[in-house]
Amino acid sequence: MSDSTANGLVLAADGTPLKRSLSRAMRRQKIRAFMLVAPLLIFVLLTFIYPIGVMLSRSVQNDIVPETLPETVRVLGAWDASSGELPDEAVYAAFMRDMSVAIEAKRHTRLGSRLNYEKTGFSSMFRQSGRKMKKLDPVTDAPFKNKLIKIHKGWGDVETWKTLQTYSGLYTSGYFLNAVDARMTPEGMAWQPEDKQILLKLFGRTLVMSLIITGSCILLGYPIAWLLANVSPRNANLLLILVLLPFWTSLLVRTSAWKVMLQQNGVINEVLVWIGLVPDGDRLILINNEFGTIVAMTHILLPFMILPMYSVMQTIPPVYLRAAKSMGATNWTAFWRVYFPQSIPGIGAGSILVFILSIGYYITPEIVGGTKGVFISNRIAYHISSSLNWGLAAALGTILLIVVLALYWAYDRIVGIDNVKLG
Amino acid sequence: MKLTKTLLATTALTVAAGMVNADGHMSSEMTIVSWGGAYSASQKGAYHDPYAEANGVTIINDDSSAEAVAKLRAMSEAGNVTWDVVDVVAADAIRLCDEGLALEIDADTMLANAPDGTKASEDFGDLLVSDCFIPQIVYSTTFGYRTDLVGDTAPTTVCAVFDTEAYPGKRSLEKRPINNMEWALLCDGVAKDAVYDVLATEEGQQQALDKLATIKDDVIWWSAGADTPQLLADGEVIMGSTYNGRLFAAIEEQKLPVAMLWDAQVFDLDGWIIPAGLSEERQARALDYIMFATDTQRLADQAQYISYGPARKSSAPLVGKHKTLGIDMAPHMPTDPNNAKNTFLYNYEFWADYRDDIDAKFQAWLAK
Repeated sequence: MSDSTANGLVLAADGTPLKRSLSRAMRRQKIRAFMLVAPLLIFVLLTFIYPIGVMLSRSVQNDIVPETLPETVRVLGAWDASSGELPDEAVYAAFMRDMSVAIEAKRHTRLGSRLNYEKTGFSSMFRQSGRKMKKLDPVTDAPFKNKLIKIHKGWGDVETWKTLQTYSGLYTSGYFLNAVDARMTPEGMAWQPEDKQILLKLFGRTLVMSLIITGSCILLGYPIAWLLANVSPRNANLLLILVLLPFWTSLLVRTSAWKVMLQQNGVINEVLVWIGLVPDGDRLILINNEFGTIVAMTHILLPFMILPMYSVMQTIPPVYLRAAKSMGATNWTAFWRVYFPQSIPGIGAGSILVFILSIGYYITPEIVGGTKGVFISNRIAYHISSSLNWGLAAALGTILLIVVLALYWAYDRIVGIDNVKLG
Repeated sequence: MKLTKTLLATTALTVAAGMVNADGHMSSEMTIVSWGGAYSASQKGAYHDPYAEANGVTIINDDSSAEAVAKLRAMSEAGNVTWDVVDVVAADAIRLCDEGLALEIDADTMLANAPDGTKASEDFGDLLVSDCFIPQIVYSTTFGYRTDLVGDTAPTTVCAVFDTEAYPGKRSLEKRPINNMEWALLCDGVAKDAVYDVLATEEGQQQALDKLATIKDDVIWWSAGADTPQLLADGEVIMGSTYNGRLFAAIEEQKLPVAMLWDAQVFDLDGWIIPAGLSEERQARALDYIMFATDTQRLADQAQYISYGPARKSSAPLVGKHKTLGIDMAPHMPTDPNNAKNTFLYNYEFWADYRDDIDAKFQAWLAK
């Protein structure tokens, strides 16, 4: 087919070097493959990667301050915050000019809400000052220092200007610091006062509880998956429907059902009191705490554990177990040394699914978690929909994403990601 | 990005053009956002149906009020606001107005006068708490208790909530600082007028949390308005806070052995906003709807369906009987003189400033 030429190059039938010919053919194949994937890739980029990227980038964006108060930010840069004295008239005049533009465009209240996340009181200070500053003319009414302080005493507070100076950059690390119970001060990083520290605790709790939920899903799911894989196909189908049934019920309904079951006058407590196991005056507290969250979430996430386990176990030939026993292994040895190692890829896949799902859960913890069972996602939801502090929400989300990726990496190093199968 | 924006804009224009009415200046379709459930039903009966019938407008309901602020912000950033009128609580309206997401309303020109000619701004009075907000109802967050579980002496003051000796058993409180902090201070001996001054200080916040700590083990914290009625119905709690309309339903519709404890009820407002940046046709339609839906008779009509007080002074005398139960609604209104002997008005300005700060402390305290 090919000839060797004098200089030792292998040539294809048409006379071009085989290497080049081959790579051309490969390139064409690659392009075709890429074109086939392209629609999905573009879809994922546009609807998933891009919006998430935009959302996460909010965790460092602070352009609202320099854009609303461009001149003030510039002039304030020269002010020495450690002097303990108020900035001079130049800053107030610049601030007046910036504000009259912002008030015209109704942007000053937005800035007030933004800065209120850093220092309580800014929101009303900007709203109230805006109404009165509207009546001042930025040129003819100078000087402004005393007038502004008269309008709101906050403008005569050194802390106000310190905060403005600290948060005058286009980008800020403030949200990330807030996300780990710290804050940015003019003097650098500092921890939040102890009575406001909660987020690190919630991160820890989310991880620990998710691990517990994953563990209980493994314990409960493994026997069911084994049963599914080892009964006749007809019965297996019936069992599978029972496993999938909860999927067809609304999440809220299932969670609320647990409330009826677990509350102090609920089904379980009533039965226990009736049997006499629990005294009437001392009923068990099974809900609105960690226990309730673990029970309800284990129930909801169980199918995600059973299905991958089941599909992996289906592929394990039963003859191996028989072979092991015929060679003298006890039931336990046969299971532990022969069957179990082959089912690990299913456990791995199920665990990753359940763990990642539970780390981001918030509806169930909100309903049954009480005070001790809420997750970090509940705080993210609060900041997205109630406080509108999307910067902090994005920072919390970014940290959560990094934690998940780090755990995934650790899993890959310890167990090996090749050792995961969905069937 | 530019291309997408242009595309979106053209699509929006085409859609808007398609919705323009025969008279050429108002769209023939509108999306109204509210809370869902019995509340949306009361609005449908009192406002939507009569309006749609009189004007030939299709009204689409969207039960998204709970996430309205976040969703409106997202819509406005994407440059595609799909809502025409949105029902929000006053605190959210203030936030939306601050963010520039809601249209400013001039009450005297954009809202109907009272039948006797009183200007709208005077008829609504102090309830116009934000430049963008059109009040609709006054509701209150108050306590209900199980008449059969509180012993022989029924509670008469809000401080019964903090008295676990006289009233042993669980109580339910909302899982947020608002209202709870005020009640705690009131029952810790702080005068009503001084509550917010005290709450503005670190010591005051600690004082309120310390007071709440005395009953922390006896509290079930709720986050949905339906929780307390359910907890009361199942006997999980002996008393609990929720919106007065929920308690009305439990007492009068479900006939549960529950009674109202109106003492120190906290008045709050719910009403409409119109998103900023609507096309001319849609904005005209939204304003036309608002003019109709917030006039004196319409606000009084809503009280036939639900026990929330109309926000206009002129509507109060027109409040009649419940549409299906046939009972007089006036005594069930939070604004009724018998119920409003000791009330508390939600301080919007204070909470707009302090909410984030106190909420962080409150949640940290809860998690302890």
